[in-house]
Amino acid sequence: MSVLDAKIPEGPIKEKWTNHKNNINVVNPANKRLIDVIVVGTGLAGGSAAASLAEMGYSVKAFAYQDSPRRAHSIAAQGGINAAKNYQNDGDSIYRLFYDTVKGGDYRSREANVYRLAEVSGNIIDQCVAQGVPFAREYGGLLDNRSFGGVLVSRTFYAKGQTGQQLLLGAYSAMNRQIGKGKIQMFSRHEMLDVVKVDGKARGIIARDLVTGKIERHSAHAVVIASGGYGNVFFLSTNAMGSNVTAAWKIHKKGAYFANPCYTQIHPTCIPRSGDHQSKLTLMSESLRNDGRIWVPNNLDDVKAIREGKLTPTAIPEESRDYYLERRYPAFGNLVPRDVASRAAKERCDAGFGVNGTGEAVYLDFKSAIQRYGKEKALVTGNHNPTDTEVLEYGEEVIKAKYGNLFQMYEKIVDQNPYKTPMMIYPAVHYTMGGIWVDYNLMTSIPGCYAAGEANFSEHGANRLGASALMQGLADGYFVLPYTIGDYLADEIRTGPIPTDTPEFDAAEKEVSDTLNKLINIKGTKSVDHFHKRLGKVMWNNVGMARNESGLKEAIKTIREIREEFWKDVRVPGTTQGLNTELEKAGRVADFLELGELFALDALDRNESCGGHFREESVELDGEQKGEAKRDDKNYKYVAAWEWTGDAGKSKLHKEKLEFNDIELKQRSYK
Amino acid sequence: MSTNKDMNLILKIWRQKDQKSSGKMVDYKVNGISPDSSFLEMMDVLNEGLISKGEEPVEFDHDCREGICGMCSLYINGEAHGPDRAVTTCQLHMRKFKDGETVTIEPWRAKAFPVLKDLKVDRSSFDRIQQAGGFISVNTSGNTQDANATPISKYNADKAMDAATCIGCGACVATCKNASAMLFVGAKVTQYSLLPQGQVERKERVLNMVKQMDLEGFGNCTNTGACEVECPKGISLENIAIMNREYLKASITKED
Repeated sequence: MSVLDAKIPEGPIKEKWTNHKNNINVVNPANKRLIDVIVVGTGLAGGSAAASLAEMGYSVKAFAYQDSPRRAHSIAAQGGINAAKNYQNDGDSIYRLFYDTVKGGDYRSREANVYRLAEVSGNIIDQCVAQGVPFAREYGGLLDNRSFGGVLVSRTFYAKGQTGQQLLLGAYSAMNRQIGKGKIQMFSRHEMLDVVKVDGKARGIIARDLVTGKIERHSAHAVVIASGGYGNVFFLSTNAMGSNVTAAWKIHKKGAYFANPCYTQIHPTCIPRSGDHQSKLTLMSESLRNDGRIWVPNNLDDVKAIREGKLTPTAIPEESRDYYLERRYPAFGNLVPRDVASRAAKERCDAGFGVNGTGEAVYLDFKSAIQRYGKEKALVTGNHNPTDTEVLEYGEEVIKAKYGNLFQMYEKIVDQNPYKTPMMIYPAVHYTMGGIWVDYNLMTSIPGCYAAGEANFSEHGANRLGASALMQGLADGYFVLPYTIGDYLADEIRTGPIPTDTPEFDAAEKEVSDTLNKLINIKGTKSVDHFHKRLGKVMWNNVGMARNESGLKEAIKTIREIREEFWKDVRVPGTTQGLNTELEKAGRVADFLELGELFALDALDRNESCGGHFREESVELDGEQKGEAKRDDKNYKYVAAWEWTGDAGKSKLHKEKLEFNDIELKQRSYK
Repeated sequence: MSTNKDMNLILKIWRQKDQKSSGKMVDYKVNGISPDSSFLEMMDVLNEGLISKGEEPVEFDHDCREGICGMCSLYINGEAHGPDRAVTTCQLHMRKFKDGETVTIEPWRAKAFPVLKDLKVDRSSFDRIQQAGGFISVNTSGNTQDANATPISKYNADKAMDAATCIGCGACVATCKNASAMLFVGAKVTQYSLLPQGQVERKERVLNMVKQMDLEGFGNCTNTGACEVECPKGISLENIAIMNREYLKASITKED
């Protein structure tokens, strides 16, 4: 049997999940108590998985590097969560959500997984409402929806601009109920530093207590990695400062294949960087593209005047503006998928039309929306002849109700009032579609080791649609993993508690301690951040929004050099005992320095443009689609799953061929 | 965007080796800070400088750096999250300070939030309060009723959302002269009391959460309203009044 057996169930796509659930093994309730499951990460995927597994009766140990499970970075997701409820009666269906997700992912995801995701999407909303998640509602008391990029229906549920927060607090509350009952043991401020394998199976982890510095052994019958994405390999991203690849990378080095590492989402609407001091980038929700229009001036003189501070954007007349998304993609306009919107912004800025000092910013303008909503609200409030000022006031009220917290966030950071002058935005690294390779059951290539949420690779293909990350995280944790893990654990009921005083745990603990000691004892001259920033620069310049062969080869070479220098010259102050943030960072950056190379290697292997992966060698040369990304289904219709061989640059490629039986492969067109 | 020139500052920072040691204020200088940088980016510059000098950097909590995770928690010039309003420390920008200013930086101070190291404190007491009742007892099943089966008035849904925006940072406790956690607990109690899903456990919830809050060593509310002023998410004092009403009602009418 091939190691890359995706274990997709037989039968028509609509019946696969139901049949699979009916046919897989289950563990009897009395035995579940005797089975331990470790969950690493407490975001939407990990938190919901931990809570659901504990409700089912398993003994769960959950780990988070933050001080509370509620702080996982899922909390920062703003815009919403998709579900095929068709509450708006606009023709939505499970099939349409499935179709949009496969198409949006540029036909690089697994059909069966995506169909299952669409199938359980409705249950997620039901579950969250039952937990007390305060979704936005209409005056009639029913749930409200908004639209997101890449789709033609309104299927996104939201809670102001804080949907991720509310969903995470829902999962956190479900966890709390189980922690209170002793069914989940919560280990906050703990970081997983290795997986322990016994007889080939995942049997536990080595974790470091980040407060005391103590190295701990934890055993279990299965290990779930839900540690999120690795966008911080770029240093600057919209991820939290602590977001890291470490847990995923450690299991990769112990035998879990890493799939499609180069598939990265560069989100089109982030606040542009303002200088070298910057430590992270802030996202402005995609929901803003419902009402904001994106433009740059259409002549370079105006651009120059703006940059010199001699002209304000509001003074530029309509005819001198280039609403380039509406121009290039009339069907989807400002709501094209993220990868398309990002590349279009880069194209304009590369051509010299960027509107700030760095030349890397475009406008996101709410003036039309304020006018439109203002007139509507004036009528609704009985004012049939409003003055211009009144229209403006009404309109700003409506915009404030919809996006108030985002506008406030923008103003605090940029010091400009986005109600009065257009926002400036630029693409930034946001999400990684690639991740640990998993089969249909979400099991990695290590038996007993699972990956869920952003940490795995499976549902989004080469590009993720807006409001689908929350959907996938919760689908994996609430509705997929709790069932599929039983199929494996059914064989574990006779195993008994797993001892930690074994040679396997000894060896894993020693390896972890040795690495920490090595980092502390280098006593070099440069800080961890110094190396992280250099890595980020190479990634952004050569492995960012547009990639080519020579740039990628150069990146691989440079990353290797930075890595070598890191291990000779990094300075980690303090000791391995007690709280030491620099030591935590050093371990994470060491892993990013290996992942970065694999990332570039994967981008080099994939000589096609698909989704967020754009190879300059692969573009349409003529016709209506001239200049757009060119996919190559003949040669690249596969998942690239990389096996660790001891050196990132010599990783071994395994290909999982993708079959499309229910959707016809087409070029994505949003024109 | 500000075009002001770079700033130099004097920092007075609380340094404490670990939970058991006693701490002290230590003076530092930072130079060349951009007014457009955030307060935590200024701290990054300080730490880079300390590392290059071979000293131990200042430990402080932070993660998302966009005002939502609730991890950052600095007491700056005598105010939780510093001089700006409706922001967390990570959203505070240096343009709110003057060149040459002396800035005092302390950790949250409360018995229920012991200092772990320097500016990091242990807020697990907040988690334990939530574990005592901050949830609705519904299992994951895929068979809960349709999300639209029970309409909820927009007014109640919006009020519940306002309470639910609490990020659990603890600024309310840090700023309160009694180190009271009643704004935090009140927000959670209010959220669930406004929703139909929260009704069944309504009485038990408020009794259990308040009991745990007292056990953790938080003080009582004397209605000074400082918590509301410093709350980065604008959680209203009304939530405390609602919690008090809920608590009284539950104490009198509970079934067992």
